[in-house]
Amino acid sequence: MARLLFFGKLADLAGGRSREIELSQDVGSVADLIKALCVIDAVLGEAVSHASVKFAVNEKIAPAATVISNTDEIAFLPPVSGG
Amino acid sequence: MIRLADRNFEPVAELAKFEKMNENAGAIVSFLGKVRGQADGQKVKALHLDHYPGVTEQSIYDIVQLASARWAIDDALIVHRTGEVLAGEPIVLVCVANAHRRAAFEAADFLMDYLKTEALFWKKERLDGEERWIEPREDDYKDAARWRKE
Repeated sequence: MARLLFFGKLADLAGGRSREIELSQDVGSVADLIKALCVIDAVLGEAVSHASVKFAVNEKIAPAATVISNTDEIAFLPPVSGG
Repeated sequence: MIRLADRNFEPVAELAKFEKMNENAGAIVSFLGKVRGQADGQKVKALHLDHYPGVTEQSIYDIVQLASARWAIDDALIVHRTGEVLAGEPIVLVCVANAHRRAAFEAADFLMDYLKTEALFWKKERLDGEERWIEPREDDYKDAARWRKE
């Protein structure tokens, strides 16, 4: 199972911080995962598809093309508002 | 040093400790950011700060590295709140120690601009009977962009 983490407003949309999902064989990258999320949950899928959302794979900021597997932690990071 | 605080902190005590650790510095600049009591004419009760433990600290560390590469500062301290921060409470403290003031002022200014736009925090504003996530402000991006023009 892959562990998905959602932060900021995305956590509200996802109904919580984390979700565990079994990645099917055709989900090889973060970009594929986003497409899969769009099918499972259209509202959340659209929110994570936004160009301003960044990703982290296993706690490292990573591009959408990053290869992922069922042991990975994938975080969805909306635009920040710190300080 | 970078510290995330999950409860209220005492800025004066933090500054005093920092000053003691940097006895040979000729200049110490500090900036304290606080939760405003009002936003767009509405009373603000609190801010809730979401963060990604471990990764947020790394994002701040990267910002400090950028500042250190640009100015030969002696030392920097960043204390940043997480969780529920009430109106009037401190949210962020930035201190920079250096031999001379100019670099200390500039580095502190730079650190704040980058904390606003690059550090992994997400703020939710709690108003009377309503709450909303704060979107990044165009002015914050403009402030941070100043350092890339020069």
